[in-house]
Amino acid sequence: MKFDLFTLKKYDYKKIRNLKDNAIRKILFGFGATAVIFIIIILVFLLIEGLPFFLEGDGIDFFTGDVWDPSSPNTPRYGILPMVLGTFLVTLGAIVIAVPIGIGCSIYLAEIAHPKIRETLKPIIEILAGIPSVVYGFFALIILSTWIDDFFNSTTKLNALTGSIMLAIMMLPIIISLSEDAIRSVPQEMKEASLALGLSKWDTIRGVVVPAALSGITAAIILGVARAIGETMTVLMATGNAPVISFDMLSSMRTMTATIAIEMGEVPFGSTHYHSLFAVGIVLFAITFIVNFIADRVMKRFREKY
Amino acid sequence: MSEDIEIETRNLSLWYGDKQALKNIDMKIPEEKVTAIIGPSGCGKSTLIRCFNRMNDIIEICRVKGNILIDGKDIYDKTMDVVELRKNVGMVFQKPNPFPKSIYENIAYATRIHGIKNKKKLNEIVEKCLKQAFLWDEVKDRLDGSARSLSGGQQQRLCIARALAIEPKIILMDEPCSALDPIATAKIEELIRYLSEKYTVVIVTHNMQQAARVSDYTAYMYIGEVIEFGKTKQIFENPSEENTENYITGRFG
Repeated sequence: MKFDLFTLKKYDYKKIRNLKDNAIRKILFGFGATAVIFIIIILVFLLIEGLPFFLEGDGIDFFTGDVWDPSSPNTPRYGILPMVLGTFLVTLGAIVIAVPIGIGCSIYLAEIAHPKIRETLKPIIEILAGIPSVVYGFFALIILSTWIDDFFNSTTKLNALTGSIMLAIMMLPIIISLSEDAIRSVPQEMKEASLALGLSKWDTIRGVVVPAALSGITAAIILGVARAIGETMTVLMATGNAPVISFDMLSSMRTMTATIAIEMGEVPFGSTHYHSLFAVGIVLFAITFIVNFIADRVMKRFREKY
Repeated sequence: MSEDIEIETRNLSLWYGDKQALKNIDMKIPEEKVTAIIGPSGCGKSTLIRCFNRMNDIIEICRVKGNILIDGKDIYDKTMDVVELRKNVGMVFQKPNPFPKSIYENIAYATRIHGIKNKKKLNEIVEKCLKQAFLWDEVKDRLDGSARSLSGGQQQRLCIARALAIEPKIILMDEPCSALDPIATAKIEELIRYLSEKYTVVIVTHNMQQAARVSDYTAYMYIGEVIEFGKTKQIFENPSEENTENYITGRFG
């Protein structure tokens, strides 16, 4: 009998295969969609719980008022400014500390360190990222605050500077790890071109390697900043949490995240105060979303380059 | 050979770890001529040329024995300033590798670090080098544009212009045309001929026709050794070694 490929089939293999392919595609799509679904759920939840505040509370005072005193029996005030300022100053302080150290460290790791040193240092730095934030908070609360108190003789041990230093330490692994990747992905030929022109190693790093990696480094910094803005437990334990308008880094401050964490446990469900915390959450979400979006754009530009 | 000698290697050997890549190379490369280094892949052509500006230094496991004399000075001597050496020995690489900067800055960056800060002087140097590299007419209206917007051939000529700007005496070219199309290759070859009036050019190529077209002298390498070195005409028309003849006639490689 002649073997006939097209008629001798017991089953319709093509159809089965197609069904299987389709099923797998749909399942994987489902997994892929979960992240998006979660973001949407969280956003909807935030909006449902937060928007009522703007209906019952004073929306204008929320964005422009400089007093956060939701538990006042007569005139509760919901001015978010002290916390926006707190978040801004603590984050800015962290950037000022972490960026030079982070970039310096990543240049050292990528370009100067002996491979053996790099292989030892990098995992150690990455451990920093794995330490629970409450442990950082402990350290800030017990040790760092005492040092700061001794050194600056500040009025309060827990202040913006303590928070900034802690956030800087927490940002470092992100900045170092991502910048180092960016610097190392600068093609070897580019470095060789520079060295072959009689430029020193330092001139090569400064004039060729770092500029070529700049968008990657920028993205690393922005992602570090996003981490700092969203960090809650450490700043809650380190900054003293006084919702005041002050530009003194040695005064106590309170961030948006800390406010939500501190007050959420004690507000009556459904009250204006309750909704106001979600309104703060919306603002926080918006800020981190924008920061992440910028980081993403910068990263894309960086990838297109080579 | 009657010409003055620019580069001389004496009993040069090189190892990558345990693997010997160059074996006892003795070679005298004449001044202001084009010397081509040919040979099958992996024979050590690129390794050899990268010794002349000590580019191999950045490879950690690389070890060199023997001497290389440039203008009578041993470049592997402990007192040698590598940065200074590389100012005198420019290099053009296999893949065009312009900096991610503007066309102007590609040439001006190194020049400025080497001490020329005067804006007018820099402009002159940029123009001169781009003209020397036959690129000026194509880019003069967009010097501030990104070097990466240029075509491959233009990028390679920019790299040559960049190498010329530091006023080297020797220009090393490591398969400069292997990533280029025939038209761009022809332009670069024309440029190489022109450069040999003022510079000593050493070019590594796997393209034998190219070696025959552009070079005055040719070295044939095989597994880390220079098998034969002489005038290009003689190497191609009347090689004295059988191995050379086999390669040149295309019996292997």
